Amino acid sequence: MLSKTLNISTSPHIRSGTSTSVIMKNVVFALIPIAAYAVYAFGLGALFVLATAVISCVATEHVLCKLSGKESTISDWSAVITGLLLGLTLPPIFPLWMTFLGGIVAIALGKFAFGGLGYNVFNPALVGRAVLQAAFPVAITTWSEVFSDHRFSAISSSVLTLPFYEPVVDGNSGATPLSAFKFDQVSVSISDLAFGLTSGSTGETSAIVIIIGGIYLIVRKMMNWRIPISILGSVYALSGILYLIDNQLYPSPNFMLFSGGLMLGAFFMASDMVGSPITSCGVIIYGVFIGVVVVVIRIWGGLPEGVMYAILLGNALSPQIDKLIKPRVYGTSKSNSKL
Amino acid sequence: MLKISTHTFKHGIHPPEHKNDTNGLPIRQFPFAPVIILPVVQHIGAPSKIIIREGQEVERGQLLAKADGYVSVPLHSPVSGTVRKIQNVPTISGKMVPGIYLEPYPASGQEVMEGVPIDADTATKEEILQAIQNAGIVGLGGAAFPTHVKLKVPDDKRCEVLLINGIECEPYLTTDHRVMLEQADDIFMGIRYLLKATGAKRVIIGIEANKQDAANHLVKSIPGDLPIAIRVVPVKYPQGSEKMLITSVLDREVPSGGLPIDVNVVVVNVATTAEIGRLLPHGRGIQERVVTITGPAIKKKGNYLIPIGTPLRYVLQHVGMNEPISEVYMGGPMMGVAVSNLDISIVKGTSGILAFGNKEVIRTHKIYPCIKCGACVEACPISLNPSRLGILARFDAFDEMVNQYNLMDCFECGSCSYVCPSNIPLVQYFRLSKSLVRKRNAQTQTDAK
Repeated sequence: MLSKTLNISTSPHIRSGTSTSVIMKNVVFALIPIAAYAVYAFGLGALFVLATAVISCVATEHVLCKLSGKESTISDWSAVITGLLLGLTLPPIFPLWMTFLGGIVAIALGKFAFGGLGYNVFNPALVGRAVLQAAFPVAITTWSEVFSDHRFSAISSSVLTLPFYEPVVDGNSGATPLSAFKFDQVSVSISDLAFGLTSGSTGETSAIVIIIGGIYLIVRKMMNWRIPISILGSVYALSGILYLIDNQLYPSPNFMLFSGGLMLGAFFMASDMVGSPITSCGVIIYGVFIGVVVVVIRIWGGLPEGVMYAILLGNALSPQIDKLIKPRVYGTSKSNSKL
Repeated sequence: MLKISTHTFKHGIHPPEHKNDTNGLPIRQFPFAPVIILPVVQHIGAPSKIIIREGQEVERGQLLAKADGYVSVPLHSPVSGTVRKIQNVPTISGKMVPGIYLEPYPASGQEVMEGVPIDADTATKEEILQAIQNAGIVGLGGAAFPTHVKLKVPDDKRCEVLLINGIECEPYLTTDHRVMLEQADDIFMGIRYLLKATGAKRVIIGIEANKQDAANHLVKSIPGDLPIAIRVVPVKYPQGSEKMLITSVLDREVPSGGLPIDVNVVVVNVATTAEIGRLLPHGRGIQERVVTITGPAIKKKGNYLIPIGTPLRYVLQHVGMNEPISEVYMGGPMMGVAVSNLDISIVKGTSGILAFGNKEVIRTHKIYPCIKCGACVEACPISLNPSRLGILARFDAFDEMVNQYNLMDCFECGSCSYVCPSNIPLVQYFRLSKSLVRKRNAQTQTDAK
């Protein structure tokens, strides 16, 4: 038994066993109930949008890897996450050709242009969505009614718009709670928001399903809990102060917390490890920054919703946060660490 | 039961311990191999100088090679026998170094030569330090740094606490555990010498909570005249590192680039302490050491007292294997070195031998890009940013690594690589970067001259 050649490797010779693809797979697991609930609430349109986004992202990743002569990286599951997240930020009656384009942009511009997984500065799904918002401002703010009776039997014609054609907007579009509040000063009850009984993007429906998915990842130590907590905490605190000042002009903090894309963004997009700072302290600064920007855009900005821009700004800031916030190295004095 | 203290160092990891296979097994004497191979490089510092010739008959305990300078130790014969040849022998690093082949007398009683005894009460500090060097003692925890050099307190410094390291934080290893259970008297005798050599006022023995039995045993047998306290600390890797132990037990931080004596502490491994206590009263040199032989592929796992110079191949044949072995490590699984050649020998610094079969070794670790998950940042005991350092290493950005990210403070514990979900060989990057930086610095120094 000793004649065989020995293998050698460098220490450490044991590993904790978690792997990047396992982490990514678990994020997908956590997103599946959210996607399923979106399909349940919005019907076939949401299903097609989500499926198209995932297919587009995975296909783009595969093709770009092959074109650049590298091994395909779709097995790390990160493209599936990008696809799901992109689909969840789009309206359930969004034209499929635009969705497909968004997937290509998300992977090609949001991820590949920076060097692939780990090197991207911005959350790729949000890059895709930001481009779509700039290119198709009408289509991306056209919402369908939630829990409509024929959501599984009929499909909005806008979904099947031919490529490069403008979608025809059906008469059934509903307003999101945030735009209703901003433009018509109509508030929606928190329980409707929590259970997803409101119009909005496919993924911004039920806050409860999102929180469950987030808790699953936090318990499995695959998400830094400080990110969602600091974002939600700062949104709640800041809008709470404003609400105390004037409860007619400003929305209640609970409404702020549960409406729009905040839950999804805080738990699944801002928490993307690649785009967030690496230290615990840095992560809290990042979270608070995002929370403040969300409140500022929602209350004083021209748009009803600002989660996407807030996270993209946070992503842009995080390399700087990492440069500034360095933990004190053992055995060095405080003044030596470059704070 | 001793109370477990709550204070500990920052971060660290909890790898599976795997100590139960061997921690209940008493130390057993290992037989003499038909040939003993002694490399002259078994310690950090200058190689020992061979003073015997081929064909010479030597006694067990006889001096074979003397220390070559201050940072060096002598080498003693672990057996009575004949010097077969003196030629280059392989070492674990792959380097060939001069070595001595000894053939033990098969039927000899193997009595050990007595030297000049050193009395802990009457000997001076200098005499004790000299005796420790003469006994060929090095750090038995694995570092193999000459102990007398480490014990020498510079004139401008003062040693307040003598810290005895009984942490043994590497998974699988149980040598220090058994030594504490079985050699308490030797440890206390060793402490007498060390107290005198360092001038320390008090002694703390640091032990991890997974060795409560050893701590309880030692507490019961502390001699009344010795100022010894025993501190049980929570289990966490890499607590056995001097810096981490000092922080856990004394809440002091060794300054970056400094030594324990800068915070008035001298740290000595517990097995080294026992060896000093055993050898100095007889003026003998070190001939054997306790080694944990374990791992899934080993049949007769255990803690063995093995003569220095016993070939690894003989050791493995003697303990037997359950399956064909795939990898063998000398030392623990976190910081130990993979063996490429079974013709190397057990040396003074060998604390463990681990053997793994094909089933247990996962060699398909796919390396993913760094996703900045921060697991390494949460693991690094000295609060470095291994993620950032790893990226910089790939771009050879050594200046930035050293000046802005404290590369040279890394002591290569491997915690970052252990937790990395992307399987990035971080600690290997840092090892290479550090040695390149050292080489470059040496080059600039010679150029300056």
